[in-house]
Parts: sequence; C-alpha cells; structure tokens
Amino acid sequence: MGKEPTGAGETIYRRYGPHVQYTPPGGWAKSAGPAKLVKTHCCFCGQQCGIQLKVQDNQVVGFEPWYEFPYNKGMLCPKGVKRYLQGVHPDRLTHPLMRAAEGFQPVSYDEALDFTARRLLEIREKYGPDAVAVYGGASMVTEKAYVLGKFARIAIGTKNIDYNGRLCMVSAGVAYKLAFGIDRAPNPWADVTKTEVLLVVGANIADCAPIATSYIWQMRENGGKLIVADPRLTPITRNADLYLPVRPGTDLVLLMAMLHVIIREKLVDHEFIEATTTGWEAVRDSVENWDPRRAAEVTGVPPDNIEKAALMFASAGRAMAIHARGLEHHSKGVENCLALINLCLATGNLGGEGRGCFMITGQGNGQGGREHGQKCDQLPGARSISDPEARRYVAGVWGVREEELPGPGLTAVEIMEAIHRGEIKALLSMCFNPLVSLPDATFTREALERLEFFGVIDFFLSETAHLADVVIAGSLQEEDEGVVCSTEGRVQKINKAVDPPGEAKSDARVICDLAARLGKGQCFPYASTREIFEELRIASKGGIADYYGITWERVENEMGVFWPCPALDHPGTLRLFEDGHFWTHDGKAHFVVTENRPSGDPIDTDFPIYLTTGRVVSQFLSGTQTRRIGPLVDLYPEPRCEIHPRLATRFRINDGDWMKVTTRRSEVVLQAMVVRTIRPDTVFIPYHWPGRRSANRLTHRTIDPRSKIPEFKVSACRIEKAAQPADLSAIRREETGLTSPDFPIVPQR
Amino acid sequence: MFGSEFYIDPSRCIGCRSCLTACAECDTHRGVSMIHVDFLDRPNTIATVPMVCMHCDEPTCAMVCPADAIKKGEDGVVRSALKPRCVACSNCVLACPFGVPLVEVDLELMMKCDMCYDRTSVGLKPMCASVCPSQALAYVPPETIARDRRGKPVNEFRFGNQTVRTKVFMMAPAERETISVDVSDYIREEDNAQQFFEQAFVD
Repeated sequence: MGKEPTGAGETIYRRYGPHVQYTPPGGWAKSAGPAKLVKTHCCFCGQQCGIQLKVQDNQVVGFEPWYEFPYNKGMLCPKGVKRYLQGVHPDRLTHPLMRAAEGFQPVSYDEALDFTARRLLEIREKYGPDAVAVYGGASMVTEKAYVLGKFARIAIGTKNIDYNGRLCMVSAGVAYKLAFGIDRAPNPWADVTKTEVLLVVGANIADCAPIATSYIWQMRENGGKLIVADPRLTPITRNADLYLPVRPGTDLVLLMAMLHVIIREKLVDHEFIEATTTGWEAVRDSVENWDPRRAAEVTGVPPDNIEKAALMFASAGRAMAIHARGLEHHSKGVENCLALINLCLATGNLGGEGRGCFMITGQGNGQGGREHGQKCDQLPGARSISDPEARRYVAGVWGVREEELPGPGLTAVEIMEAIHRGEIKALLSMCFNPLVSLPDATFTREALERLEFFGVIDFFLSETAHLADVVIAGSLQEEDEGVVCSTEGRVQKINKAVDPPGEAKSDARVICDLAARLGKGQCFPYASTREIFEELRIASKGGIADYYGITWERVENEMGVFWPCPALDHPGTLRLFEDGHFWTHDGKAHFVVTENRPSGDPIDTDFPIYLTTGRVVSQFLSGTQTRRIGPLVDLYPEPRCEIHPRLATRFRINDGDWMKVTTRRSEVVLQAMVVRTIRPDTVFIPYHWPGRRSANRLTHRTIDPRSKIPEFKVSACRIEKAAQPADLSAIRREETGLTSPDFPIVPQR
Repeated sequence: MFGSEFYIDPSRCIGCRSCLTACAECDTHRGVSMIHVDFLDRPNTIATVPMVCMHCDEPTCAMVCPADAIKKGEDGVVRSALKPRCVACSNCVLACPFGVPLVEVDLELMMKCDMCYDRTSVGLKPMCASVCPSQALAYVPPETIARDRRGKPVNEFRFGNQTVRTKVFMMAPAERETISVDVSDYIREEDNAQQFFEQAFVD
C-alpha cells in the first residue's frame, strides 16, 4: 500500500507524536531513589561511549557516568546524558499496528506477523524473491544485523538487502578495502594524542563525535598541531593551527595539491613506499598538474596555506589524518578518501602509534552493523558475497546449499529507485527512516507510495512508518543485548536494562518468528541473542572481520576486544598494519589513482550557491529518537540555515529572517542564522528534521559509482528572502510537535 | 576523587552544552540546571565559555546578602541560599563578579552550582566535569593538570579594586599569575599612575 492514511495525519500525530519528553518516569523525586545500575553503551553515535543506566521497576530513569570505560571515562555528550528519556515515552510503540481507516489500529503480535508473512509470500510468489527488499539499520547490535542479513537471503531469498550505513561512511569502507583490503579504522583513538600533526578533513568532530575533542585537545597540550579543512569553522577550529576553508566538493583537489607539494619538496618516504606499497608512480604522476596555485582556484583555499598544510603534514615525525562524512558524502567520495590515504602512504604515516588515517563512524554500530551481513555485497566476517569460497563457507554454517545464496543486491538508494520503477514491490524496513534520511525526499515518498506491501519494525512511529501497512513494535537498544563495534574497531557489549513493554518484542525475536512463518524456522532456532552471537563467531571465522576469538565474557572483562581476533587466546588487534601486512591480494598497501570530476549537482547561474548538510550536537540522524527528547530539542529546536553575512546582505536577509532555499528538486523555507563561520558561497542546513523543512527535500540522488553513497555534502541552490510560512504551527508539529497530556512538562532553563 | 580540584579551560569548550544537560541530572536539584554556557558572539565566532560557580574564598554573594542566607562550608564550597532565609532579592545575582547565581522565581530562591555537593562529598566528580566531552570542565588532582596541560591554573582575579581568590581554577596562558578584567591592569606601569589620568583628562 505505502500511502499515508488520508485525513488521518492529525490522529497519527496526536497518538504517536513526536511528543517531547522532559522527565523520567515517576518524576524527578521518585527517580532519585535507589536504583540498579546497568553498564552498557550509549545508543547513539559510533563512539559508543560507556554509560551506566539507572533502572527502577523495569524502567530506565536516569544515568550515572561509567568512569572506568577506557574510551570516554565517564564523558558524555548531551545526547548521551538525556538518552534515558527515550525509554518510558508516550510515543513508544507497545503493540503492533495495522493500517485502519483512520490511521492505525493495534493488533496482536501473531496477527501482525501472520499478515506480514502472508504478504511477503504472495509478492515473492507473484514477482520473484528479488521483488522483496529489506532495509536494516546501523544502530542495531551486530547480532540483529547478522540475523537480518541471513533472514533476507535464506528466509526470503532476496539479494536486495541493504542498510542505512550506506548513507554514512561506505565511501571510506570502499577506499580502505581498495588500499588496505580491510574496512576498519587502523588506529585506536588514543593514538591521536601521540601524533605531532593531525589533519582533519570534512569531520565536524565537536558536533558529531564530541568526546574525541578531548583526545585532540590532549594532542595539542602535548605540542601537536591541528589542521582543519572544512567549508565551515566548526567548533574544533577554535584551536586549529591552520584552517583551510575548502569549497564544498573540492576536497580531492586540495589533497592532490598537498601531495604535489610533498613530492616537489622531496618529503616522500621512499623507503616506506618501496617496502610496503604498490602503485606509487601512477599516483605521483596523477598529481603533477595540481600545483597549489591551480588547486587554489578550484578549492578556494589560498595557495600558501595549501603549501603550509602539506609541509606541516609531511615534515612531522608522526602524522594522522581523520575524516568523516564531509569527505565521504560525495559522488567522488571513494576518491576523496583514497587521496587522503595516498597522503598517508606517501609520507609513511601508517601502521604505528600516532601514525595513520582514521575514519570516524557515524552510526551507533556503523562499524559492526556492516561487517556481518546486512550490506548488500557482504556475508559475515566482511566476506565478499561474490567470492565462491566465502559463499561455500557461509552456506555451510547456515546449513543451506551455496546456490541458494543470492548474489550481490542493490544498495539503499538503488533499492528506493527500483521501488520507484516498480521493480521492487515489497519492503520490510527495520530501524531506518528513509523518508528523512535518503536524498530527494519527494522522490522517496513517491516510491514508497508505489509499494504493494510495506512493513516496518521500529520502536517509534517514524515519518516513514506513517506509510506502512503494518508496523511491528520492536526493541530499543536498552531492551536487548548484543555486541557493537565502535569507530576504533573495539567490539563492546550492550547489556539489557529493561524488557520491551507490552507486545513489543526484541527485533531479533521478530525476525526469527517471521522466518518461521516463511517456512525457514529450522535455520533460525535461536533461543537467545547469545546463540546468534555464537553462530556469528563461527560464520565470521577465517573472514576479514574475524570475531571467532571474541566472547561476550572477554568483551566485558577486557573492556572491549579489537577485531580481527581469530582465536580465544588472541589478544585482538589494537592497531592494524604494524607488521607491514595488509589484507590485499599481494599483502601490500595500494596507492590508487584519483581523478577530479564535478559534483552531480553542479552550480550554474540559476543555482549559484553551494548547499551542504550535516548534523548538530543535540540531534541524531533522522531524529526519530532525539526529536522526542525535550532537553535535546530545546538546545536546537528547529532547522536553521547558516549563511555568511556577505551573502545574506546581498539578499537583504538578517539573522532570524525567513528565507527560501531552492534546488533542482524542491524548496524549503526556514530561518536564517547569519554567521561569519561559513564560506560566503555556501549555505548549511542540518538534516535531522522531517516534513516541509527537511534538508533532504533539497539533496540529490547522485551516488558514488563504487560506494553508492549519496552526495549529501554538495548541492546547487539559490536563495531568497521569504515570508514566515502561514502554517508554521503545523510544520513544527510534524517536526518535534507536541507535549503529551499524559506526560506534563517540567521545562528546563 | 578526593584531593581533586575544579578547573575551567574555556579554550577547550565546544559549546555542546552537555554540562548544562548533565547539571540538571544532579540529585540535589534534578530537573534544574545551574551552569552557564555562553555563546560569546555567535554571528562572529564559534567560541563558547562554560561557567560554574567559582566558590570564592570571600564570596561576594554572601557579603551582599541581606538575609545572611548564603553559607560557605569548611570544604570551601559556597552553597545555594538557605531556603528559609532567602528573600529572592537578587542582590547576589547583581553582585557576583562571575555572573553565577540565578534566582528561581517560582521557588523564590537563589540557586547556584554547589559543585555537586552530593557527589564530591562522597568522592565522585561533579556531573558537569564528569561528562564534559572536551574536558573544558575538569575535576582532577592538581598533579594531573600539571602533567597534562600547558596552561597555568589561576585562581586570583582582579575586578578593578576587588581581588577575588577562588576555589575553582581557570586555565590561563603559562605566564599568567592573575587574571584581570580591568584594562588599567594591563597598561605599562608608568602610564598607569596618576599621570595617566592627568594627561587623559587635561582641560
């Protein structure tokens, strides 16, 4: 069905929110009483900070810092501090829902599952297995991601399973696989404090990985230098030794020009190149024409500062390069990351303490969630689904014939496009809010409306779930257990704090029960999440992401274990490449040639301004959780458009004025935030909000040919002054909306 | 964490306001935050500053309190006003040189940071310094600061003629002994004497 119930919007918002929650269950006074403390990790970003949840009467009522956990030592960002408010929440789905004349009606678990299984079977029968697609989420524990991948391929038999990590950092994953044969950040965070020069490209670390700033500041206390390349002065630039205001979409040229300078100044580490790499000559030749003067014209960075950055980086005894979505969200995202890797390889900065390149994972289990099977081209252990040997091994573990395993499927954006074309007829989506998070939201809505069946498994009714035929109430992170892998490759344990409420079930339970109804129960016989993990250990054995030596007990006792860890007596791998070994076919690190090309949505006279999108510290991804947490909403209540005063003046826009941003897809009207901390040719909108002010109405569907990541970080737009929308209160209600009469607000200052 | 002191390093602040949200989780005043995070001049800069109570040796807030409601403990921690005494006159709010106390209008009570008395008195870090992701707010032993930081902890501040010594330290560039907010304190010694005024106001 996939259509929003007509005239039912009001009812849906009233019942399912988003409402904002300010106080713990039972109020402040009650929750101050004695409580059980559960050591676990934050449910939000890829840093996966340790936290202790306070539990009373099967309810999470607060938190206590977990000082002993080595990564964050008790530190938390505002999302971590207030995460406990998502638990007992008026919007929490406690029963499965089915489409009714007016919105949704609660149904029993069995009814919802029977219906879902029947529709999936009907559509598979009619159109074939690949007409059914599965979406997963990278906030789920690794066991869920694993079992979802197995479910799609064995129980449904579709090749089309992919996950929202496709919107996160797959460009880095592809680049690291090309260069090193392994998709993991090579260094632990602690290495940052040991480096002499840290180059940060396209990573708003203060807003997106706040704890990491303590490591960066410590690096500076130790005498290290910080170089930041970003179109905006993000908070970490307040202590940058050199700031490079790179024009959106031109990072590649900046990095190639830096390599050009390094070669010219004879700062290349030939010994390292000779011993550990291949492909140097071709890369060396490819940057010959990118002298800083020419690069400056493209990037908008003064040539002197390109020179300075290159000299600082290459002259340091130990240097590290860090990157995140700003480098990866491009139609040349893979090349961007490769160019950064080339810089590290050319200067011998790899495989040592304080030397290397580092990708910052964005999503909670962005790393672990992609290693074991919900990615369209991978089997457990980060094995290629196209590799015959890997297929035979995993088929053996799963007790099926190798021919039964589908091949590589479509990626997240491609799945939505196939739905739009009518090739995919049914979608089962778990922990993913594509209407807010995929580019070109108008297109996404059109596509979803064409589905013959749309099933959702989630804990809140996300904007996407409004279009579902059936919504199965799943589990919050604190309602189940399992492992996650943090951004530094550390496998950690999420511990269960409370049971799912009402008829809500653990996501893994839902998947297994569905598999049974699809006639494949014998392949999903797990009585517990631990049994899934034990199978995952074996399925990953011998793969690149080898978890065989990791047990839940080891993870707890050792405060996390770094993979690969192939044996129970293996200590885990804190840092990659220390022995000069790479996971490539020849055991070497590979230089890969990069070539500049324009963005998929180039500026012209009609759309002369760059639009870039990103995050704010108090919200997370599509906001399904954080737009329901009052104190976080208060910190940044609604989307605003950052614009430089020089650009604003040309359009007579003052701070707080309403302005319209138009791209080749759509337009949004929102308030201006006039700041000198952004390039004057660029505007910025954070993307956490749905509806008429959703940044992803503006973005475009151009994807990187290899990683298939969308180009969120650069679109062409025009701007104009606008009037305040007449229906502003309706717009706000769609975003963060109302307070619930059942949960009175105690406002905070 | 007994033996620790409180250090503020504004240059580390990233404006995330984690301290502000965590302050409201302290059990003695849960739901109310008592910390300030100032966005100095957002149109022109990303610089932000967190501010907790400095816990002065001779608290100005207590000196100006007409109801004698503000007390300092033997541990040097200046408490929120005593509820039975406070008349919510706001004298303390106006007088505090650091701009710390706030009057809760609904409660008719001055409330301010008490350095998480319920936590620090049992050897735990205050909430804000526990969570602060950049460690702009740090509650650590002095040896740790001496080992890990380049700046110098300063706890003597001059506001014109008033010199204030505090329990809380502010991280300053290594050569600073005192922080002054009065321009005249930074003018060359000879210029700063009477002759400066004679020259400036000659008619």
